[in-house]
Amino acid sequence: MAARSQMALSLGFHIIFSCIGMVMPFFMAVSHFLWLRTGNPIYQNVTKAWSKGVAIFFATGAVSGTVLSFELGLLWPTFMKHAGPIFGMPFSLEGTAFFIEAIALGFFLYGWKRFNRWFHWFTGVVVGISGLLSGILVVAANAWMNSPTGFDLINGKYTNIDPVKAMFNPAWFSQALHMCVAAFAATGFAVAGVHALMVMRKQNINFHTKAFKIAAIFGVIAAILQPLSGDISAKMVAKRQPAKLAAMEAHFETKPYSPLIIGGIPDVKNKKVDYAIELPGMLSFMVHDDFKTPVKGLDTIPKRDQPPIAVTHYAFQIMVALGMLMMGLGVLYLIALWKKKSWFDKRWFLRLFVWATPVGFIAVEAGWTVTEVGRQPWIIQGVMRTADAVTPMPGIHYSFYLFTAVYFTLSLAVIFLLYRQIKMVPEIYDNPKPVKA
Amino acid sequence: MIYVVIVFLWVALLLYLVMGGADFGAGIIELFTSTKNKSRTRRIMYNAIGPIWEANHMWLIIAIVILFVGFPVIYATMSTYLHIPLTVMLMGIIARGTALTFRNYDAVHDNMQKVYNKIFVYSSFITPLFLGIIAGSAVSGRVDPQATNFLDAYIYSWLNWFSVAIGFFTVALCGFLAAIYLIGETDDDAERKGFIRKARIMNVAAVVAGSVVFIASVKEKIPLVQWVFGNIIGVAAVSAATISLIVLWYLIGKGKRYIIRVLAGFQMTMILLTTTYRHYPNIIILKNGGHLSLLADQGTEKTIQALGIALLAGSIFILPALIYLVWSFQQKPEQADGDVHGH
Repeated sequence: MAARSQMALSLGFHIIFSCIGMVMPFFMAVSHFLWLRTGNPIYQNVTKAWSKGVAIFFATGAVSGTVLSFELGLLWPTFMKHAGPIFGMPFSLEGTAFFIEAIALGFFLYGWKRFNRWFHWFTGVVVGISGLLSGILVVAANAWMNSPTGFDLINGKYTNIDPVKAMFNPAWFSQALHMCVAAFAATGFAVAGVHALMVMRKQNINFHTKAFKIAAIFGVIAAILQPLSGDISAKMVAKRQPAKLAAMEAHFETKPYSPLIIGGIPDVKNKKVDYAIELPGMLSFMVHDDFKTPVKGLDTIPKRDQPPIAVTHYAFQIMVALGMLMMGLGVLYLIALWKKKSWFDKRWFLRLFVWATPVGFIAVEAGWTVTEVGRQPWIIQGVMRTADAVTPMPGIHYSFYLFTAVYFTLSLAVIFLLYRQIKMVPEIYDNPKPVKA
Repeated sequence: MIYVVIVFLWVALLLYLVMGGADFGAGIIELFTSTKNKSRTRRIMYNAIGPIWEANHMWLIIAIVILFVGFPVIYATMSTYLHIPLTVMLMGIIARGTALTFRNYDAVHDNMQKVYNKIFVYSSFITPLFLGIIAGSAVSGRVDPQATNFLDAYIYSWLNWFSVAIGFFTVALCGFLAAIYLIGETDDDAERKGFIRKARIMNVAAVVAGSVVFIASVKEKIPLVQWVFGNIIGVAAVSAATISLIVLWYLIGKGKRYIIRVLAGFQMTMILLTTTYRHYPNIIILKNGGHLSLLADQGTEKTIQALGIALLAGSIFILPALIYLVWSFQQKPEQADGDVHGH
């Protein structure tokens, strides 16, 4: 249990660090591009300010990623012994992509005065692209755990291993798409929210408004597209992991016109959901594109193969609800753009975005919970149980306490640092001569 | 293809030892620098390693990925029985990487800088110490999958005189590398003299620690002398390293900054060669006399094939970019980019 908690914790933090580290370079590149095109120094300042954020998040993302590559073995040696050669392909490519990202970041951060301006801009773009690629590759590896392919399990032995087939497992595309769009939405809203707050506080309005608009447009577009990728993902889950889908929906009974259950409190003992809104036939429609075909419920799954239903259901509901919220906010933003309304300096409009700052990341964490908890009791769907994969070393909970302390310290440090970065914006970027505090 | 993979693994380890080692060493040097010179050392160091430090540490990730994809049994054994030193090393990596970034990107320069510095220098010491301990443990024959109690399985697998001595030896090597590297990064004569002195101290420390390794090996009944000097390659590598060390000290006073770096790198190559050659293809020696081998315990052929191709393809992208990165920042070593510190 401690091993699971430690892994969940490590991934939970890594996912935030790396989403931001992966998406912010794109914001940075856009702002950089605008500076190169318009020559407006505010865009240069925004780029520089963001590049420091990228550096901080890249470093924390990189160390938390290094830790994870070891933790896989430290916590799940049995899993890695068998799975390593099968699903290792995306990891070895990810190593490459990540390496390129590190090199490009070196060029970008230290190359302001050394290189041709467009070459310098290009290295910033490479940071974003290679970061995104690493993200896709890592998610592909996780997708394999959900839909294992590329090997045969004969008498407990893993044979006919095909790492390429394992990498392009059936779920890789839907999962990677969903994750990437989520990363853009969450980071977009988070960054926009912070800048909206600064606009409300009437600090460096020009600077923060420009930053707000760039970040928000990414977030808005991603939030509006996300339900599409969610639908693709859900169909994949229904096909490959009926237990997970059933748990997400708290869908106990297999019957025609399967209802879509919204909210509610799953009562596992009596196999029903209290206080929920049920939309008859909607689940069937979403999974099979017609209202009648039954969707497999938890009654088709042996008790010992069922994931924790309540956690999966709540996490899924939270994710969807917050996703909808962001989509709504996105539509509002587009209306503002469309109608050329001057909402951008209205307090209620900014306040909405300030409130939405953490929403995307809560949704990301909830979604992550759905996919990981929903796969239980398996570590490799249908092949290996999590309990059989864990390290034999006793006392693993001490390690969990240690890592918990480390990650909390790390997060606090990052928040502290960002706070100071933002606080210093007036002094660094407003005065003609930078002031040293 | 398996040999391609093994070469990559070896080269990744070597580059991590040299590049990452110099990087750790910079922190170790800072730890042993008098307070009044600390900020100067820090500035020189930061200008020197800033742009490439992220890349330096990628080599470890490459090595570990090769291990877990290509040699899962070895990876699983290491991470089970050397769980504790690996965890300590990870803590060191986290602390060091974040402290370095934080101290450069904290917009406010106040007392927090002192905290970052402290964390940075101590973790720069602890990380290579445990890296060395892990490497020593792999060949010390203390890893015991048949152990029945906690101490034998998870503590004595790495806590012995031999492994710890190798840990300190690694620390001294890192400091030596960094001092040699930094000599070429300053134009100030007094500073250069300071780094030369540091290099000398670190060199002596490495020799002392190296001798302790041999003494410890006798105490722990590890036939190290026979491993190193019992074959022609070992003897040749040790001699080459010694000769190059003499040449290095001769050239150091003449201000040949590139040649001495190459020579220091050469010594690391020889050290790694000596320590790995005799065991090859074995990588972990177990207590019961058995061992885990790169050839016998490799993953399936198809995996190795794919891994080899991935590594080759990756190096087409990585190497030219990395070389260009290092090269372009060597052009004007003293010109700091003002926007990073705001100074």
